[in-house]
Amino acid sequence: MTTTTMPVPHAPAVDSPSGGRFYWAVADMLTVTKRNLIAYTRVPEAIFFSSVQPIMFVLLFRYVFGGAIPTPGYHYVQFLMPGIFVQTVAFGSIGTSIGLAEDLQKGLIERFRALPMSRWAVLGGRTTADLCRNLFVMILMTAVGYAVGYRIGTNVGEYLSGILLLLLFAYALSWGFAFVGLSAPNSETAQLMSFPVLFPLTFASSAFVPLQTMPGWLQAFARHQPVSIVCNAARDLMSGVAKPDLVFPPFTSVVSTGRTGSTVLWAVVWSLGILAVLAPVSVRRYRRRAL
Amino acid sequence: MTLAIELEDLHKTFSNSVRALDGVSLAVEQGTIFGLLGPNGAGKTTAVRILTTVLQPDSGVARVLGHDVTTEPDVVRRLIGLAGQFAAVDENLTGAENLWMVGRLNHMSKGQLRERSSSLLEQFGLSDAANRPTKTYSGGMRRRLDVAASLVAHPKVLFLDEPTTGLDPASRADVWTMIEGLVAEGTTVLLTTQYLEEADRLAEHLVVINHGKVIAAGTPANLKANMGVTVLDLGLDNETTALRAAQVLKRVNEKAPVVYGRTVEVNVNDGPRIVTEALRILEAEGIAPTTLALREPSLDDVFLSLTGHRAEAELAEGDESPSTDARPQSHRRGRRS
Repeated sequence: MTTTTMPVPHAPAVDSPSGGRFYWAVADMLTVTKRNLIAYTRVPEAIFFSSVQPIMFVLLFRYVFGGAIPTPGYHYVQFLMPGIFVQTVAFGSIGTSIGLAEDLQKGLIERFRALPMSRWAVLGGRTTADLCRNLFVMILMTAVGYAVGYRIGTNVGEYLSGILLLLLFAYALSWGFAFVGLSAPNSETAQLMSFPVLFPLTFASSAFVPLQTMPGWLQAFARHQPVSIVCNAARDLMSGVAKPDLVFPPFTSVVSTGRTGSTVLWAVVWSLGILAVLAPVSVRRYRRRAL
Repeated sequence: MTLAIELEDLHKTFSNSVRALDGVSLAVEQGTIFGLLGPNGAGKTTAVRILTTVLQPDSGVARVLGHDVTTEPDVVRRLIGLAGQFAAVDENLTGAENLWMVGRLNHMSKGQLRERSSSLLEQFGLSDAANRPTKTYSGGMRRRLDVAASLVAHPKVLFLDEPTTGLDPASRADVWTMIEGLVAEGTTVLLTTQYLEEADRLAEHLVVINHGKVIAAGTPANLKANMGVTVLDLGLDNETTALRAAQVLKRVNEKAPVVYGRTVEVNVNDGPRIVTEALRILEAEGIAPTTLALREPSLDDVFLSLTGHRAEAELAEGDESPSTDARPQSHRRGRRS
């Protein structure tokens, strides 16, 4: 047992007296966000090349496959672009898992866990930086869309709400992929582990083709999974073409009551639900993971 | 005075049932350098990670300046600095930005931090490189920055996990000088190392751990006195001769020789004298060694010596023959000088 003959030293008073727990949680999160954003500016080629793939998808579907995909009543590009946006931010969230796996590999998570910082800040900072990256990517993709003939089918306000919805969905996914990154042995594996989750979600969805071209069993899955729901909502807000009878049969009766009502609501509910479940799970993983 | 670091019967088993710590106890006085010595996988890093609140122990108590790491982790985190096994710097940030990040996450004010950061960069010889991304740094510079980062918030207890592994001799000497300087200012340092030389140079007290257990403790001088200062290696024609030579050598040295195949190893305190005497006595018995080498002990030898003692004690109850070991030659890396 301790033989104490002197008072136990107090912790140095570096915490600002005015700063409460919440204040420091936000401050720590902003510090980590800034650190990740600085890192992005140091490797601009990473952002450049991660933008190449979605642009290739735009060209592929717009000019190669698009002609074979029937979207009666309007041009396929109006159907495609919101789907591409969703696919882009969904695949972008792999970046969250890769980044955290790298932090683990390089011993930075070990350092962070020994610091008197908020337990939420490392993941909060990473996902917030990825949110900023997604915002940049959305602006870029809007320009790409315009270049291949996409035009806003509603109005600028609704288009921007569509972007906000996509950012919310991407933010929720980032928290989920944080878990993947913190569970992977290294960043290469983190990337490989992310694909089996994302691939079926993005391709067995209404992102690229109307659902009714798929076999019945696949439709049942595709119709109810979050990527389709977010695609339909984004299409609704941005292109104004989420014809319920065409894209979203099960919700026909609900949707017909108002054009941008229920699909958008469901997309928001899904995003918040993913966030509410996976954020605490990932933070727990961050705190507990053996290094 | 409150102990800087205390471990009482600490246990940690990982999910893959690796028993990293199996009842480790130790105590470190304030203002001293304490060495945790052991081979790879001995449990050194696990002990450091538990003390720095990075990992939770399964059982036992770990305290830093009287604060329990499991019940008061936030207090402990404000008292400690950690430079982990990898130089944990963000390679996309500059040296100054790395210190900024760690300082901010320690909740230092911007003014305090700016001053502290530039004085640390100066002290560690990184001022010129302060605004370069650390991916352009050499291994030694990264390690120095890593240690600087662990010092930003003026820790009272500093944990250095193998601070010189992978460094060239000059950088290693720099790190040593820096550690000595810190202790002069009153910081307590716990350092883990695989190098006996490093522990010898820096630590006032040492604990040797292997397979999660403390196998020896004391000052470096104690430990070396226990194992002999130098090692005499003799190569012989065949195994029978080797065993005979070992029997003969027992007479001239207080430590029992250890036989590996055709090689005899003896830990000796007075190398030159023993060499002359050994050759004389072997010649008298008609034994001529094919090779002979006198070298400084390595960490391998500490363990050999420690396990050798046990084998000796067992043998003492049976026959009087020296301990033998079937360790294959190929596993004995870099043992010859």
